[in-house]
Order: sequence, then C-alpha cells, then structure tokens
Amino acid sequence: MEIHELTCIRCPIGCQLTVTVDGESVKVEGNNCPRGAEYGAKEVTNPTRTVTSSVRVRGGELPLVSVKTATDVPKDRIFAVMEEIHALTVDAPVHTGDVLIHSVAGTDSDVVATKTVM
Amino acid sequence: MDRHDLIIIGGGPAGLAAAISARENGIEDILILERDVRLGGILNQCIHNGFGLHTFKEELTGPEYAERYAKRVIEAGIPYKLNTICADISPDREVTYVNAEEGCVTVKAGAVILAMGCRERPRGALGLPGFRQAGVYTAGTAQRLMNIEGYMVGREVVILGSGDIGLIMARRMTLEGAKVKVVAELMPYSGGLKRNIVQCLDDFGIPLRLSHTVTRVHGKERVEGVTISEVGPDRRPIPGTEEFYSCDTLLLSCGLLPENELSKSAGVRLSRVTGGAEVNESLETSVPGVFSCGNVLHVHDLVDYVSEEASRAGKNAAAFIKAGGVRERGRAIALKGEGGVRYTVPQFIDRANMEDKLTVRFRVGDVYKGKSLAVYYDGKEVRRVKKRVMAPGEMEELVIMKSSLPENTEEIIIRVED
Amino acid sequence: MNEFDVAVIGAGVTGSAIARYLARYDLKTVVLEKEEDVSSGTTKANSGIVHAGFDAAPGSMMAKMNVRGCAMIKELSKTLDFPYRNNGSMVLCFDEAEMPNLKALYERGITNGVEELKILTGDEARKMEPAISEAVVAALWAPTAGIVCPFNLCIALAENAADNGVEFKFLTEVENIEKTAGGFRVSTNNGEITAKTVVNAAGVYADKIHNMVSADKLTITPRRGEYVLMDKEVGSLVSATIFQLPGKLGKGVLVTPTAHGNLLVGPNAQDLDDKEDTETTQAGMDDIKKRALLSVPGVPYNKMITSFAGLRAHEARHDFILGEVSDCEGFFDAAGIESPGLTSAPAIGEYMADMIAEKLGARQKADFNPNRRGFIEVAKLPREERARLIKERPEYGRIVCRCENISEGEILDAINRTLGARSLDGVKRRVRQGMGRCQAGFCTPRTMELLARGLGIPMTEVRKNRPGSELLKG
Repeated sequence: MEIHELTCIRCPIGCQLTVTVDGESVKVEGNNCPRGAEYGAKEVTNPTRTVTSSVRVRGGELPLVSVKTATDVPKDRIFAVMEEIHALTVDAPVHTGDVLIHSVAGTDSDVVATKTVM
Repeated sequence: MDRHDLIIIGGGPAGLAAAISARENGIEDILILERDVRLGGILNQCIHNGFGLHTFKEELTGPEYAERYAKRVIEAGIPYKLNTICADISPDREVTYVNAEEGCVTVKAGAVILAMGCRERPRGALGLPGFRQAGVYTAGTAQRLMNIEGYMVGREVVILGSGDIGLIMARRMTLEGAKVKVVAELMPYSGGLKRNIVQCLDDFGIPLRLSHTVTRVHGKERVEGVTISEVGPDRRPIPGTEEFYSCDTLLLSCGLLPENELSKSAGVRLSRVTGGAEVNESLETSVPGVFSCGNVLHVHDLVDYVSEEASRAGKNAAAFIKAGGVRERGRAIALKGEGGVRYTVPQFIDRANMEDKLTVRFRVGDVYKGKSLAVYYDGKEVRRVKKRVMAPGEMEELVIMKSSLPENTEEIIIRVED
Repeated sequence: MNEFDVAVIGAGVTGSAIARYLARYDLKTVVLEKEEDVSSGTTKANSGIVHAGFDAAPGSMMAKMNVRGCAMIKELSKTLDFPYRNNGSMVLCFDEAEMPNLKALYERGITNGVEELKILTGDEARKMEPAISEAVVAALWAPTAGIVCPFNLCIALAENAADNGVEFKFLTEVENIEKTAGGFRVSTNNGEITAKTVVNAAGVYADKIHNMVSADKLTITPRRGEYVLMDKEVGSLVSATIFQLPGKLGKGVLVTPTAHGNLLVGPNAQDLDDKEDTETTQAGMDDIKKRALLSVPGVPYNKMITSFAGLRAHEARHDFILGEVSDCEGFFDAAGIESPGLTSAPAIGEYMADMIAEKLGARQKADFNPNRRGFIEVAKLPREERARLIKERPEYGRIVCRCENISEGEILDAINRTLGARSLDGVKRRVRQGMGRCQAGFCTPRTMELLARGLGIPMTEVRKNRPGSELLKG
C-alpha cells in the first residue's frame, strides 16, 4: 500500500489530497469535488505533462521557435523529450502547428511549433 | 497633422483584443503602435502552456494565444506599426511616436486606448544589499534571453519571489539543464498559481521557502551565492536564521508594476493601489477619450481576463468615437474595496452609461478561507457570496446588475467578511 | 614603443583630468588603468556634487582646489559638453545653539574665496525649498554650488585627453615601479613601460603605488558611503543640494537632485580595510534613509530605483597630497583625493600637469583641441532635428532603453567612439541605458547584442563590467 500527499491543481482552492494506492484500488481523500478525485488518481497512477521548450532555427527572423508536445507525455519522459528537442535544429520558415518531431522520445506525442518564424 | 479615430498604444494581448473589438463595433480608422519586432507583446516569450482556457476552451502556449489575436488583426486589415515607441500622449490626445522609418511623428487621435502592459520590479527597487554584480536578473529578462534569444543566464539558480514568472522560469531553467536550488518567498503564501507550484517546483523537487527573503547577494563580479533569512510577521529578517546557498544566478520575481509613464504625460489620474489608471464603467480614465485595459490598468493573473477587459475598452472607445468625442456623463458612483479588498476596477460607475451587467475585478490582500464577499450600496448589504478560498495571487470578480442598482446610489463597497 | 614622458596611474576623474591637462603639452603620456574603463572606482559612486568650497580648512590644498574646481567645472561643462547644473547648495541648521557653527562655516567660505554666500532664516530657506523640514532654523546658501554627472565629467576629460594624443591602457594593473637613471620602469600585468615621470592618481590604491617608491609611507583608508537613488518622477522634490550642518548627529547626509534629474540620498561613512568593498548593507541603507528625513521629511522611498556604495580615498591628514614625492624625484602624488575630489578634479589636473610640464621642460602644443562634443541625446533634441537625424541615421529612431529613451544609435555611439564602452556598465555610464526605473530589465538583451556586434565578440563574452562579470552562462 502506498500513500501519496498532493495538492490538487484543478482549481485555485488547492485541496490537499491523500491518495492511497492498494493494488488495483486507488482511494482519493481530501477532495471537495469529483475533479479532485480524478486528478488525484491520475497523478498517482499515470501522471502526464505538456512539455514546452524551444528549438533552434537556421536562417529565420528569430533564432528560436517555441514548441510544445501536442499532447501530454508521461511525466517520467520529460527529460527524454527535452533531449530530443535540444538535439534539433530546423530551417526557416516554421509555422505554428508544424510537426517538428514525430512520436518524441518513444511517446505517442509529436513536438509541434507554437510560433511562426519566417 | 494626421488624424486617426483610434490609436492603441501597445500590440500585446490587450491592444490586439481592443483593436478587434473596436473594429467589430464599427471603427475603421485604427492604428496600433507596438515597440517590439512583432505583435503579441510579452506572450511571445511566455512559451509555456496554460493560456486561453476561458477564451478558447483549450490550453494554448503564449505565442499561440498571441498569434490567434494577431491573425485576426491582420485579417481585419487593422494597421499597426512595429518597432515603434510612443514617446508622448498629450491631454488632448496628440500622440507622438518614434521609429526608424518615419522619425518622430505626432498624430491626433479621436480616442486613445492605453495597453502598454507592465514591467517587473527590479533589484534596485527591492533594496537587496550586496555588490552590484552580474547574474541578478528579473525573471522576465531571463525569460527573454532564454526563450527569444536562446541563451542560458545561469547554471545554479536561486529565485526570489514565487510569482508565476518566477515559478515558470524555475521549470524552464531546470529543463534546460540548470540546477534551481530554492525559491524564497517573503510572504507566508505564494503569489503564484497552485498549478505552477505543483508543475514547476514539486515536479522537480525544488523547495519553496515561504516567509523567507534574500538578505545578501554574494560575489563581486558575478553572483557566487545568496544568503536567505526567515522573516517575521513584520516581514523583517530574523537574525540567526541566515542560510547560504551557493549559486551563480539570482532571479527576481517580486511583482509587476503597470507601466504608466505615458498615461501620466496624458494627465491620467492613477490609483495608488494598482499603479494603473482610475477608470469608470467604460474603462475610460480621468482624461476623456483615453481608455485603459490589460496589465497597464491593473496586473492580471490570466490573459483571458486581459482580452475580455480589452474588448470592453475597444467597444467603449468605439462608442465614444461614434458619439463624436463627447459623451454625456452622469453622476459618478464611487466603487471601493475595503476590509481585505485592496482595490476595485473600475473605481467609478456612471449608471447611465453602464451595461446591464458590469464585471468588477479586484484582488484581496491576504489568504482567506471560508470567508464571504459582501457588497454594500450606500451601507446597505445587497449581496453576499461565500468563497472557499481567496488569495492575493488570483483576481476575484463580481457582477453588478444595473437593474439592482438604485439610481441615486452614492457609493458601492465590497468587503471580505465572515 | 612603450616609452613615455608621463605615466598616469589611474583613469578616475583625477587621473583623467591630469591626462587632459597634460595633453596641452608636447608630452607623450600614457594612462594605466587596472579596470576595463575610465570612471570605474571612486568616480563612479559618489554624490556628484560640485561643492562651493566652504567646507575645507582655509589655506589647505582642498580649499584651493575646491574653489577653483567649482568655477572650472561650470566652464568645462560647455567646452567638454557634459551634464552640469548650477543648482546651489544649502546647509541646514536645526538648532539655534548650533548657529555659531553655521556662521563659522560662512566665515570659512568667505576666507576660502567662495562668492555669494548668504545665511538664510528658516523661513527664507523653506520659501526656496518648500520640501525641507519645519525644524530648520537657518541655512547657509551657496549659489555657486552645482551638480554634475560624475561619469560623464570623467569620460569627457579622458576622451578629450585621448583625442589629443594621450594613450590609455585598460586592464593594466601596476605591479611594480622601479626607479631608473632616466626615470621609471613600470611593470604591469599587461607588460612593461618606461616613463620619465609617474603620476599616482590611483584613488584608494594611491598608498600602494606611493609605497612602491617612497620610504615615507602613506596609508589610504577606503571609506565607504552608501546611497539610495529615487525615480526621476520625484527628482524635483528639492532644487538645491541639501546638506546638514555637521553636529551632534555626525556629518549628516545630503538630499540632492542629480544632474540627470533623479533624487539622491546619502552617504554614510564607514572605514574599511578592503579596498574593493562596495557592498551595500541593510543597516547602512536604513541609516541614511532615516537621517535624510531630518532635512526633507517627505523623501518618497517607495520611489527608490537603486542603491549603491562607493569608496572615498581617505588619508589621515584630510588634505589632498599633490606634488613631487620628496624622496623620489619625478614621482608625483595626487593622493588622498576624497570629497571634494570630484569638484577639484579639473583644478588638480591643471595644477599637476603644469607642475610636471615644468619639471620636464615641456612646451604647450599649438594644435591642442580643448573642445569635445558630448553624446547625442536624441530624445532631448528639438523635434525637427531629431527627425532629420533619424532620417540620416535610422538607428537613432530605434529606442532600446524605454525608461531613459535611449536609441540604438546612442548605444552604438557609446561603444564606437574614443575610449568606447566595453561593457554594459560602460554603456550605462556614457548614455544612461538601463539607468531608469526598470533598471535595464527590458533593454539588457538588446544592449548585449549591440555590444557583441560592436566589439566583435560572442554574446557569452559580454560583461557587466570587469572580467568575471560575464552575463551569460551559455
């Protein structure tokens, strides 16, 4: 049995959640609404994050283009995602929404541009 | 002298939303003056996500949010000038701007919308003792150097202030390979959003020390470390609590100040609390035909509210212009925050000009749990809203219904009560 | 190649002034400076006051140089084009019992040759300066006093010296001085030079330099003074420089507008051992802030934009030591230059240069150009002139520092002209980029780019000031 203490971020109230994991069963306490229960369970069983960063651009009006993972990636893959982002240089022009890395770091998420750099 | 119906100072989120709204409300002749190389303002360097949940019902990064508005401005064919600094606004709405192409130009405006945003409180204003070494940056300057120019400002970092930009930069620097050792916060609570504390600090094991401040910055040429001390309830450092953190960089995230130098040149009266203009229900300042919105009016927590407020400013400026630059002004009802409510925007309501529903925004001065917001018209309680939690870092809002507001009201007060 | 008639050690305001007046003679002069720029020691952190000259003891070098310097700066501000304002100064007396001291100050001023001094009643003083305290019973009014931009005074002197042929070597720290048959061999971390004469204008290090050649040892104590600076918005709270009559509460602190229109409060005085200790302290800042309120109860400290500390080069006899060292012919001291050193600098420069020229039998140059054009301040130009300039050179239309309204053109000027800036602080001291209320928050990245481009170095080598103060870590 594992017990996790965390702060719910679904709204500004910031309920202090206690999440108890016992085999298949996940119990969330301290929440004031169903969104808190959902958040607590997901944070403990499958935490994910959107990664945002920037990628170098060759020959553009700006030296960098900002990027994000199109969907959340597992939290423990953040630094693996960053490594691929760091290794990349793209050529201008880049448009918002352009896919710059497919299935980054073995996840099913793409890294896409969030800015247009001509 | 050239003339434009509407001149908007600033092409960030506030200026763009104001321009779009003014155009939708029938104003053709608009000019936006933007000092940076592209539209979008500070959002261009806020490459993290979390913008637009209210406006677009999806989570966008800063540049994406900015681009959506910039696109609409461009598609609507609203003229704008980049790399252009507004040098002066006169009380009769003569706007002087400077750029490399045209030099120094003065144009007359039918109405002006102030949308210049805010700046960060620098080290000097905080009075941090120590040498004047390299390596002390405001969080926003560091953010620009990293996210726009692509440089690392430091490798070992301490952050003073837990405002959102500071928290965001803690994560950003960590992702780029820096070691963020601690975030110190003078107040007993964080000024940032909960979600940022979890996703920017907790995710990476970065400690947040509440009721702590930097009492010495070490290093002659470059930061070599900082001393952090605990502060008492009076926010003064407690002797004997000093702790040394070795680092090469100190980032400051200690508050934002509306940038109202131009407003002052126009003769606009400013609020001592917000640092922004005092405005009426139409977001019009003390100078007729000069409107204010966004972070230059008061510092917002979410850009969605900036856009919404700026749309209203655009609409009201349009009404002013269409009315030929003269609007009947009725008696002003004073709107005030008291007992925990630090200020309100607007500060005045002219009932005759108000819409059916008026959104009043404000911030509270402390963390309140399980308290209520009470609204009084001339001392008579008219509304009471129970709030689970209120914090200085997050803006509150209440709606005032025109139908419920008696015509002869003198004063509206909003208070935090049990 | 590295043989000179005169080697001046130190490119602060004293060394720069000596160099500028030496440049009038047919002498080959070099200035050796351990920092990367002129104006990097005591000159960069002081009150910026042009003292009238009633403070110094009658007959002292201080008195003589001060009164002469005060008049010279007013003239030089035109020929060398630096910011100066003749705002006058007032010494406040808070206690009837201390009136004799105020009168003594007046008498001393008269003896020193200070003109137009006048004792005012409290009410007369308040009429001129409405912000001063109700407790003021009388004041000494000195209309000849002024305020000057200390950096630009020094930069102007140094630039004019360089334009007239004086060589400047930066990041050049004197390590040893050896007397030779023909003069001196000066070893530095940047090579060796020889000079017929050496002038010691090394500020807080003047003892170290002096003691390299003389058995008559000198001790200079670094005396730290802390200041707080307020926004231009409140720069006109007082018009004159407001001093306190030295008395029971010590020497007192001043409240003054600066030559650029900010409001300045300070300094305190703390004797130290470390000649580099320009650290500000909480206790020090609290102390000066409190004491300034005696003079001007309404100083708006919430408008503070920065604080800083400087070191005065204090010598126990409290007089300027100006002249040839008795046991080392050809070696000249300009030591113990503390307040009113800034005011006195041109007088010291002229005095020392003439003395050295006489020693070397030098002649005045026919082609000496006494004039220097100051930095263009685009925002202050008349509209048409500004428009014309931007049309010719569009970089003057690209504003980089929006608090002080400084354009890219002005920053490039700071970098590109004679003895140009090599660092962010160098740019700031020349054209005020980053000196405004946001304290370089917005303009730092752009200025760094301009420095990198102008100096032909990568961004990662751009510094705040001396080596080791690089701004980026990758």
